[in-house]
Amino acid sequence: MALRQIAFYGKGGIGKSTTSQNTLAALVELDQKILIVGCDPKADSTRLILHAKAQDTVLHLAAEAGSVEDLELEDVLKIGYKGIKCVESGGPEPGVGCAGRGVITSINFLEENGAYDDVDYVSYDVLGDVVCGGFAMPIRENKAQEIYIVMSGEMMALYAANNIAKGILKYANSGGVRLGGLICNERKTDKELELAEALAKRLGSQLIHFVPRDNIVQHAELRRMTVIEYAPESKQADEYRQLARKVHANKGKGTIPTPITMEELEEMLMDFGIMKSEEQQLAELQAKEAAKA
Amino acid sequence: MSLSVNEGVDVKGLVDQVLEAYPEKSRKRRAKHINVLEAEAKDCGVKSNIKSIPGVMTIRGCAYAGSKGVVWGPIKDMIHISHGPVGCGYYSWSGRRNYYVGDTGVDSWGTMHFTTDFQEKDIVFGGDKKLHQAIAEINDLFPLVNGISIQSECPIGLIGDDIEAVARAKAEELGKPVVPVRCEGFRGVSQSLGHHIANDVIRDWIFEKTEPKEGFVSTPYDVTIIGDYNIGGDAWASRILLEEIGLRVIAQWSGDGTLAELENTPKAKVNLIHCYRSMNYIARHMEEKFGIPWMEYNFFGPSQIAESLRKIAALFDDTIKENAEKVIAKYQPMVDAVIAKYKPRLEGKKVMIYVGGLRPRHVVDAYHDLGMEIVGTGYEFAHNDDYQRTQHYVKEGTLIYDDVTAFELEKFVEAMRPDLVASGIKEKYVFQKMGLPFRQMHSWDYSGPYHGYDGFAIFARDMDLAINNPVWGIMKAPF
Repeated sequence: MALRQIAFYGKGGIGKSTTSQNTLAALVELDQKILIVGCDPKADSTRLILHAKAQDTVLHLAAEAGSVEDLELEDVLKIGYKGIKCVESGGPEPGVGCAGRGVITSINFLEENGAYDDVDYVSYDVLGDVVCGGFAMPIRENKAQEIYIVMSGEMMALYAANNIAKGILKYANSGGVRLGGLICNERKTDKELELAEALAKRLGSQLIHFVPRDNIVQHAELRRMTVIEYAPESKQADEYRQLARKVHANKGKGTIPTPITMEELEEMLMDFGIMKSEEQQLAELQAKEAAKA
Repeated sequence: MSLSVNEGVDVKGLVDQVLEAYPEKSRKRRAKHINVLEAEAKDCGVKSNIKSIPGVMTIRGCAYAGSKGVVWGPIKDMIHISHGPVGCGYYSWSGRRNYYVGDTGVDSWGTMHFTTDFQEKDIVFGGDKKLHQAIAEINDLFPLVNGISIQSECPIGLIGDDIEAVARAKAEELGKPVVPVRCEGFRGVSQSLGHHIANDVIRDWIFEKTEPKEGFVSTPYDVTIIGDYNIGGDAWASRILLEEIGLRVIAQWSGDGTLAELENTPKAKVNLIHCYRSMNYIARHMEEKFGIPWMEYNFFGPSQIAESLRKIAALFDDTIKENAEKVIAKYQPMVDAVIAKYKPRLEGKKVMIYVGGLRPRHVVDAYHDLGMEIVGTGYEFAHNDDYQRTQHYVKEGTLIYDDVTAFELEKFVEAMRPDLVASGIKEKYVFQKMGLPFRQMHSWDYSGPYHGYDGFAIFARDMDLAINNPVWGIMKAPF
C-alpha cells in the first residue's frame, strides 16, 4: 500500500496530540505501520505512545553533534506502543531562535535518511498556529496529503479551524494537500455537533467524527498512555477506533477547502445563537439598565 | 566653458527610448527617477530613496553594507563582528580600502574579518550564546581591543536574537563598549538606512554611555572631519590642509578613526562634514544636544578646496583666515602645474558618473578644473536633500539618473558615448568592453587619495591614464 501522510492541526490546547495518538494507536489494530513526526518544540506529540516525554529530539541531538548531517536515523527514531515509530523534531525554548526553521530541518533529515521507508502512515503533529512558513512545512509539496483539523464548539477553535483551512487552500494548488475533515473534540458547548457539522459543510468538507468528552482520557494521560492501551474495552476506546476506521477509509477523499470570511463565520455563529448581534446585545443591555432603575 | 551640456543631443528622447523596454508599470515608476536638468530648476526633478523594482539589477547595497562597510568598519581600534552566516562578512572583507595607521592584529583590526559564522543550529536555537563566546574569544585573543561592535546580518532580525542584552552583559564584564547594531540587510531600500542606524547607535551606545577621555584639553581650534572614510588616504590629505590653516583635528569619522575620537567629538567647536549622506544624522544630533555647529565642505579639486578652506576659516579668527589664504597661495603653483600638464590632454572630455554618497556632486568641479564636462550623473542611494545640493554643481542639460539600473546605464552610455565612465567595480568591465575608458570612483581604482591638493594631482593623473591610454587605439579587431 502506498504511503499515506496525514497531519493534525488545530487551536493550541484543543487536544491534537491526544486525539492523534489515540487514533494512531487504534490504526495499529488495523495492521498499519505508523511513524509519528512531532513538529512541536515542546516535543510532547509522542508522550502517550512512548510512555515518556521524548528526550532525544532531532534538533537537540543535531546541535550537540554539530549539525544534522552528523546524525543517524537510529539516534532519533524511538519505538513505542505496538511498534509505532516516533520522532520528535524538538526546537528551541520559548523566545529564542527559530522553531519554524527547526521543523524544516528535521523533516528534510527524516526524508533523506529513509525514515519513511517501510511504514504505511506518517502522521505529523504540528503546534497550534501556523505562525510561519516553517510550521506549514508538513502541508507543503509532497508532505501530508490530508489534514485533519481538531476543533470544538468554542468560538476560537472555530476561528482557528477556518484559518487553517485558508493555509491548506494556499498550498492546495502548488502541492497535493487536501482537507481530510474536521474532528470535533467535545467541550459541551451549545449545539456543538450541529455547529461542527455546519462549519464542515461551509468549508466544503465533512465532520469525520464527534469525539465525546470522557474523563477516562485524562486518567489514561496521567499514566502516559492512550485510552486504547489503558482501557481497551472502554466506550471511549471504541470512539477512537471508529475515528481511526473513518480516517483509514477516507483515503483520497480529501477536498480543497472553501474557507469563509470572518463576517460569514460570525454570521454563522449568530444563526446558531452562539454569538449575539449588536442589536441583541444593545437590547439586553437596555433591559438590564431598565431593571436596575 | 559653456553653461550647458549635451547641446544638440536629444537626451529626453533617449530616456524615453530606453524606458520603452520596460513593462508599463515599471516604465512609469522608473521615469520618475530620471530627468534632464533644466535651467533655473529648483532641484534635479527626480524621485529618490524608493524601493528598487525587482528584476532590474540595481547597483545598490544593503543596510548591513551601510553600517559595517561604511560607518563602523573603519573604526580601527574596535573589532566589528559580522553577526550571522559567514558570507556577508567574507564578501565585504576589506572592500573599501579604508587606510589606517597601526599594527594590525595588535592595536588595529581594519583588514581582519570577524564573524560568528552561523550554522543551522544557531538559527534554530538562537545565536546569543555564540555571540557571547565570540566576544569573549575576541577579548582573549586581542586584549588591546578598545571596543566591539555587533553588525547584524539578516537572520538576526528574523529569529529575534536579543543582541542588546548580550552587548550590555559583555560591556559590563569586559569594561569596554560593546555596541549592537540592528543593520539587518532587509531593512530599508538601500545602504542608506544602514548609515542612519549606525549613526543612531553611536548616539545611543557611545555618546550616551561614555565620556570624552579624561585629560582632554580643548583649544578654540578643535574641529572634526566627519564622513571621510580615508579611502586610499583621503582623510590624511584633507587633515593636513586643516592643520596647515591652524586648526586641530580631534576626530576622524571614521576613516583611520578610533573609539576615543568618537568619544571626544562632543568637545569639537565645529563638525566639518564631507559625506553628508552617511553622517548628517549624527551631525544634526550633536548640534541639538551639544550645540556644535556643522558645515559641509568639499575637498575635491582646487576650486572647491579653496572655497571650502575660506568657508571653514570664516568660522574662526583672522589668523585662521589669513592662514587659509596663505595655504591656498602655497598650493597654487602645484595646482597650476597639474592643470598645465593635464588640462590640454583632458579638455572637453565628457564624463558620466554613477556612484553613491557625496561623489555624484562633489567630484563634478574637480573634473571642471581639468576642463572636462559632466554629461550625466546619479546616485545609488541619495535622498531628496542630496539632489537639492546637486544642481548647483551640474549644468543645464545634464542627464540625472537615480538608482539607475544596469540596463539603463548601459543604454545611456552606449548612446551618449562619453570619454570616461566613472562608476564602480560592477560597471567597470561592462564599459571597458565597450571600448570606453573607465575609473572606479568608489575605491579610486586602487589608487588615491583624491581629496585635497595632493589628491587632485593623483586624480588628474589617473583620469589621464584612463582616457589617454594607448590601448583604446588598438581595440579594433584586425579582421
